[in-house]
Amino acid sequence: MAAVIDIPFCVAGGIRSVADAEDVLNKGADKISINSPALGNPGLITQLARRFGSQCVVIGVDSREQNGDYDVYQNSGDPDKISAAQRRTTDWIKEVQDRGAGEIVLNCMNQDGVRKGYDIRQLQGVREICKLPLIASGGAGAVEHFRDVFRTANVDGALAASVFHEAEIDIRDLKDYLTANSIEMRS
Amino acid sequence: MATPVAIIDSGGANIASLLHALERIGVSATLTTDATVIETAGRVILPGVGAAGDAMQRLREHRLIDVIRGLKQPVLGICLGMQLLADASEEEDVECLGVIPGVATRLPAETGFPVPNMGWCPVEKIAEHELLTSVENGSYFYFVHSYALPIADNTLATARHTDTFSAIVGLDNFVAAQFHPERSSADGARLLRSFIGMGS
Repeated sequence: MAAVIDIPFCVAGGIRSVADAEDVLNKGADKISINSPALGNPGLITQLARRFGSQCVVIGVDSREQNGDYDVYQNSGDPDKISAAQRRTTDWIKEVQDRGAGEIVLNCMNQDGVRKGYDIRQLQGVREICKLPLIASGGAGAVEHFRDVFRTANVDGALAASVFHEAEIDIRDLKDYLTANSIEMRS
Repeated sequence: MATPVAIIDSGGANIASLLHALERIGVSATLTTDATVIETAGRVILPGVGAAGDAMQRLREHRLIDVIRGLKQPVLGICLGMQLLADASEEEDVECLGVIPGVATRLPAETGFPVPNMGWCPVEKIAEHELLTSVENGSYFYFVHSYALPIADNTLATARHTDTFSAIVGLDNFVAAQFHPERSSADGARLLRSFIGMGS
């Protein structure tokens, strides 16, 4: 991968230790993203930030709303193993931040895969306490959703996968649309 | 036979991405700390990731301080490599190579401007230079840094964090970029190509 990619890239999944991270970074990745292993061992965030610098360390957070509260879930990649992590989302993001993470990807599970727009309310709440770059994830289905999340939740990035992979939205068209709507970015 | 491009192994990870970027533009490079290889190379790149003090210590151990100062072919410093070419860095008050005047200072952290400054920033050209002929004004490049050189006589292009700083500097055969051309997509590749073509 590193041989053909000419922009920064982040490797997510399977990183459980400093040695795992070092291996991936030495192979040319710019950042590593960890999710469930950080919940199991929050000290790993501290170790990774000290060893490689905060700019390398991205923490993915899967968050689901229930009865008005947002809670963190772990192992969400596997329907058989997914479980509540017994942490409030904002508490966990504060801890992650204090431990030296460099970036947060917040996956709003209620919206994920639905393509009805990002979870603006949740993202606004997290934005208030999150001083790190915050990337919105879950819910993108149309170009307007990207505009809305940048404008109203003040996020630093908006993640989407399926709408690009299935060619529902063309990245060039999206960038032109956002530029026309005064959202600053690399063209 | 002399190598077309010597990359000085100043320690730290992610030299792989620089080697790959050069491969993509058809340039073969050698990662080395060997003074003879460096002195005879067509072009020299001084990359750097990590702390200024560690990198200077490594150059000293390999007796490369005076070798680098005396190079006559085009030399490109990247990121920390740019700061190493300067007089000094505020990072642990390290004396650097002194090839390009200036002292790297820490970026101030303010709300909305995290340090390290990481991401794509537009770069404004403020001087003409053959390194920049193929780069349009306002092109975005990828930055990851906590220190930067202030704007001075040798500044060729600027970028902005809380304040503007030197994105590219140049003096005689030495040029340097605060961003990572090897991670800056097509514009980065254009800049690397211009560097390879410098003086020819």
